[in-house]
Amino acid sequence: MRETAPSASAAADESGGGRVLRAARYVAGRVVSALVSLFAVMVTGFFLFRLLPGDPVRAMTGDQPIGAEQIAAMRREFGLDQPLWQQFLDYCLNVLRFDLGDSFLYRAPVAELIAERLWATILLAGTATVIAAILGLWLGAHSGWRNGERVDRINTGIALTLWSVPTFWLGLLLITVFAGGLGPLPSMFPTRGMGGTDTVGMLPTVLDVAHHMVLPVTTMVAVIYAQYLMIMRSSLLDEKGNDYLLTARAKGLRDALVRRQHAVPNALLPTVTLIFLNLGQVVAGSILVETVFSWPGLGRLFYEGLAVPDLPLVQGMFLFFSASVILMNLLADLVYPVLDPRVRG
Amino acid sequence: MPHNTVSVAVPRHRVLPRFLASVTALAIAAIGLPVKVAASADGADDSADTRLTIAVSQTIDTWNPFVTPYLLSTSVNRLVYHFLTTYDPETDEVIGALAEDWEVSADERTWTYHIRQDLEWSDGEPVTAHDAAFTFTTIMEEETAAIANGDQVENFDRVTAVDDHTLEIEIDEPQVIMEHLSVPIVPEHVWSGQEDFGELPEVDGSAYPIIGSGPFELVEYETENFARLEANDGYWREEGPNFDEIVLEWFADKDAEIEALRAGDVDFVEGLAPAQVEALREEPNIEVNDGIGRRWEGFTINPGAETTGGEPVGDGHPALTDETLRQAIMYAIDKDQVVERSYGGHAIPAEGYIPERYADYHWVPDDDTRIDHDPEHANAMLDDAGYELGDDGVRVSPNGDPLELRMHVHADDPRRVTTGEHMEEWLADIGIDVAGHYVDPGQIGEQLDAGEYDLIFTGWSVNPDPSPVLNIHRCDTRPDEPGGDRSSDSWFCDEEYDDLYDQQIAEYDEDRRVELVAEMQEILYTSAVVNVIAYSNSLEAYRTDRVAGMQPQPDPGGQLWGQDGYWSWLTAEPVTAHEQQRTSPTMLAGIGAAVLVVLVGIGLLMWRRRAATMEDRE
Repeated sequence: MRETAPSASAAADESGGGRVLRAARYVAGRVVSALVSLFAVMVTGFFLFRLLPGDPVRAMTGDQPIGAEQIAAMRREFGLDQPLWQQFLDYCLNVLRFDLGDSFLYRAPVAELIAERLWATILLAGTATVIAAILGLWLGAHSGWRNGERVDRINTGIALTLWSVPTFWLGLLLITVFAGGLGPLPSMFPTRGMGGTDTVGMLPTVLDVAHHMVLPVTTMVAVIYAQYLMIMRSSLLDEKGNDYLLTARAKGLRDALVRRQHAVPNALLPTVTLIFLNLGQVVAGSILVETVFSWPGLGRLFYEGLAVPDLPLVQGMFLFFSASVILMNLLADLVYPVLDPRVRG
Repeated sequence: MPHNTVSVAVPRHRVLPRFLASVTALAIAAIGLPVKVAASADGADDSADTRLTIAVSQTIDTWNPFVTPYLLSTSVNRLVYHFLTTYDPETDEVIGALAEDWEVSADERTWTYHIRQDLEWSDGEPVTAHDAAFTFTTIMEEETAAIANGDQVENFDRVTAVDDHTLEIEIDEPQVIMEHLSVPIVPEHVWSGQEDFGELPEVDGSAYPIIGSGPFELVEYETENFARLEANDGYWREEGPNFDEIVLEWFADKDAEIEALRAGDVDFVEGLAPAQVEALREEPNIEVNDGIGRRWEGFTINPGAETTGGEPVGDGHPALTDETLRQAIMYAIDKDQVVERSYGGHAIPAEGYIPERYADYHWVPDDDTRIDHDPEHANAMLDDAGYELGDDGVRVSPNGDPLELRMHVHADDPRRVTTGEHMEEWLADIGIDVAGHYVDPGQIGEQLDAGEYDLIFTGWSVNPDPSPVLNIHRCDTRPDEPGGDRSSDSWFCDEEYDDLYDQQIAEYDEDRRVELVAEMQEILYTSAVVNVIAYSNSLEAYRTDRVAGMQPQPDPGGQLWGQDGYWSWLTAEPVTAHEQQRTSPTMLAGIGAAVLVVLVGIGLLMWRRRAATMEDRE
């Protein structure tokens, strides 16, 4: 075949090369725009948090009558006696060396503080996002397919109600009922944190953490799964009227098969972007859940940092959060063509 | 082709339910098994350690005693380190801690402390006068090491260890603070090689355990998650420690703390709001402690902020430089109502600057100086002083400025917010229009720095030695130039007050010092710049089935958390019956969890079936 049609093969090679080139250009374009966004975030972060009211040194001496000399010493220690441009320059140079500086409040490197708490947040928010996405997509597909029927109304009704519930309130309610114990109901789950302080051994630790995760994950899933449900539902509705589904039905496929094999895969596309975007926000999005369940994650750290304001900590975390959103966006951009041939074309 | 699809699709059809089934299985594991783990741990508890779990919520920066100014870390450090002296919880008198006794030379400039014999650091090394000399000298010489306690050694000339048990401190001017040095003494052998005193010294790559000489040793800490303290076995006081461990668990939400106390996850909570106290009073096995506190709450009035050189700072209302107006404001405020409405009765209406809890220094105005709630008198005062009432109900000062004032209140403290709201009404009654700004504490600090306020809320915890809280209203605590660092909390300046301050700090005669401090309080009271409204109680609760015997400070009637000493945690005893009471809820929890899992399982099954039949119908 190849021998008989060399020209066709050459054409195929050429178009293959062209495709690679196009792909490379596409990837490079995305990467450059991601870098530009990162730079913008770096600059914004520095100035944004300096607009916050409050003097970090003043906040950190608030509990004790401390002398002006001691206050001045702290200012020097934190480099706050330097002119703003000097502080900005130092910050930029440090960031380029992947050094986020030292936290004023905790007197430890910001990167270390983030690393210490990152996995707690990823565990909590990651688990919740995955469960919420699967639950939401599944229920959304059913809802969209049976648009207007009772299943749809109940589904969207429940989801939207939970979506509208304040996270804090729902979390406290769950704590009161399932952790504090209400009436005849005993206390079943821990009220706070990620694990006991004295659990020994691998399996008990895993189980202990899982036990601690039940209420916060339930809270987070309950509040966020609606967005997956609604997106999946509406994009399935968009697909529903399409001719290819008519063709599939005309082929004699069962209704459930038409949904699963034809409608859902197409409807998934817009949802992918959403999932990736949410994965990026996972670290930042769990702040309320972390607060109500005293989960030792990044959300709480950020909150504490803002109250001071602990400038190196909050600008470092801002940079980190933003970088993860930008990175996930970039990944979504890169994965999209793989999923959708139209984008590739 | 359709057949193919069907054969592929059937397994796919099972994917989601199977996933859900495995999630359920995981959930069962998550809910069920830890209950068993917990149960077996409880069983082992018979021989294991006794533990006291305390819920905390405040921020801390570090445990480093040289730098941390926070209430929580300084409180916990009192369990880890000793000062030279401490206070008897029953009599409030200064008693020995690391120092057994001490004397002052005839010229009142050399203090000699005799360090107790046979004391050990928690790592077994002996505690000597050299450790104390090292601690003070470091604070005098290293700028970073002076951040928390530098003001206490300001007047020190030389600190020497004469021998292992004799410490000599030479001072430039006589000062009473020598009996009240609240400086944690650190072990020289651990800290001597330290380059950066802003950090904790590390041994074998870890800062923990933190070596100290107090009743507990801090062995483990995860930033604002939990901290574990272990009893110091070699501790010398007879009263304790009686618990093997104290664990601090951080809560980001007060209501969650209360649930944790109800559930028995924690044994002690502090810093409760009045409504929370009322709710907890009904609970079994929970005791509320309404301890007389060492804190005052109030506000200051901008007296016309100036630098030490007399340069005006900020934009305080010009009429507020008039003492009559400031006093009239105080006549309008109903302190009894504040105590009732803002503090739910868990406070004492305040007059003098030093709270009632310190009976010696507490000052009460006599009938001539007393400013009681009397709006009519306030109106009469303002009428007489030429503040005429305008048509809009707002008075105008003799210089023609309408009395429209700003009031800055900490939005994060509901008690202060309620007080502020009432003050707006009360001041409106005497023709003063107050605009409440309920803002972030950070912004309060900024307004105060800039002198851009009229009324601004504040409050301080007072130590047995009143000097530190008296100091923050001296003239030279104001900045030298606008925008410079200040430690003044009020922009107050009064030469007589400053004179009295200098006298009292050098007055070794206790009775005479009490008189001087009383005079200072009278000046603060009548000038009505620094206005104290209430002494707030310390609201705490603990589980009576877990812990008993905690000695309050002052004893009786005082607080358990945040004491000047370490008495409550030193004397706290485990309640022996507690294991039994702990096991049964755990078993109940197991049953409850099993029921929940079964219900969820049934629900899922029904859902699947229903979905399947619906699909089949089509």
